[in-house]
Amino acid sequence: MRKSRIFFLYLGAGLLLVILMAVHASVRRRQDGPSLRETAGLVTRLQLTDLGLFTEANYTRHLSQADLHTAFQEGPFSLEHFPSGAIAMPPRGLKRLNGQVD
Amino acid sequence: MAKWIERQKNVVDFTLSSLLRRKRKNAALLAVYTLVVFLLASVMFFAYALKREAAVILGDAPEMVVQKTAAGRHELVPLSYIERIKDIPGVAAVAARLWGYYYDPITGANYTLVVPNNPPQPPGSISIGEGVARARLASEGDIIEFKAYDAAILNLEVKGLLSPRSALVSSDLVLVSEDDFRRLFGTPKDRATDLTLKIRNPREILTIAVKIAGILPDTRQILRDEILRTYDAVFDWRGGLLVVILAGSLLAFIIFAWDKASGLSAEERREIGILKAIGWETSDVILMKAWEGLAVSLSAFLVGILLAYAHVFFASAKLFEPVLKGWSVLYPQFRVTPYIDTAQIAALFFLTVVPYTVATILPSWRAAIVDPDSVMR
Repeated sequence: MRKSRIFFLYLGAGLLLVILMAVHASVRRRQDGPSLRETAGLVTRLQLTDLGLFTEANYTRHLSQADLHTAFQEGPFSLEHFPSGAIAMPPRGLKRLNGQVD
Repeated sequence: MAKWIERQKNVVDFTLSSLLRRKRKNAALLAVYTLVVFLLASVMFFAYALKREAAVILGDAPEMVVQKTAAGRHELVPLSYIERIKDIPGVAAVAARLWGYYYDPITGANYTLVVPNNPPQPPGSISIGEGVARARLASEGDIIEFKAYDAAILNLEVKGLLSPRSALVSSDLVLVSEDDFRRLFGTPKDRATDLTLKIRNPREILTIAVKIAGILPDTRQILRDEILRTYDAVFDWRGGLLVVILAGSLLAFIIFAWDKASGLSAEERREIGILKAIGWETSDVILMKAWEGLAVSLSAFLVGILLAYAHVFFASAKLFEPVLKGWSVLYPQFRVTPYIDTAQIAALFFLTVVPYTVATILPSWRAAIVDPDSVMR
């Protein structure tokens, strides 16, 4: 078989897999619907506000509830040292409440 | 048309043979290229899916949370604040929330203790999240010991396990009764952790927040909109350590690809010279190089995004777990629902495939317009 034929077949297979990827995503979204609704129901029932992604510190566990001081914990010179603090950004609402902070 | 297709096929045949002649070099380039696309696409898939999932899950979070602050710290809120907030027109309901953190020295994990109101947790019992059950090897009927604020020991029986399907929000949760919560933390009867509000008209939320700030100046208000925007920004590619890591790898790749694509080797230069000498037009040489760029970049792009999809949605983004986990003991075991942003994939395509192909064509065009004799020397 010519090399060009193999190449185009390979590209076609790749594109087909990308289309299948989109189809799979759509099927999984439909399948996950009940589970997402169940989780949303738990959020409503328990009045939860945050995802439990980073459980290492209180201000990363409840990102939206954090304030400007929590990262400093018990001392003003205790700088941020939790690894997730480097990934998670401070809550957006802080700016509205505290204005410009340097 | 058939002639045109046949011509393209011939050029592709030649291009592939040329690429295979430099197998090792091109394989290394393809591997690095695929790895970069894989990393970028994995981050994009994961961040976008998580953002969308957070928006769906937290869509019913409290419309407003009111917390009391003292000396810059969150403090317990007096229940008398409920009546004062209820009097504000537009407030449909105010409820007190009792929740807090409990450090378990046995597992070294921080639990989030929550008091459910509807239905309430029976006193003496707890319901635990998937992460807590995993860390404590606990199942229904087991007794878990808690140490109260006054060093008294509270033995609470596990009456229920929260569904692992909701692990993203409930992995570290321990549901306790109000009595047990107050006993554990010594919270006075007339205090709660914070208050949640239901607002009649969503357009009035900000006005009500301002009114509360005026009536109760020692409180801060957290709006649902802000909660959702917080999660919108958490995995934003522009923020955090992520962008530093990605920028590093992307820059390294740009240097690598630019060096490979823009600086033709003596062998490649001679090849172009020979092709020109045997009658190839400059346009044929450019066409060949365009196919070469496309073959490498398109292959890397397709394989990269397919691997990224499998990594994020089949393997639950295992490679990111150590980074996201940090020092967390109760990292939730969850499967993200695949939400794909086609605009992001298109952006990734134009950022990876197009520049590489263009970078391949330009130097070959320069080599192709020079006299074949001088190129071959």
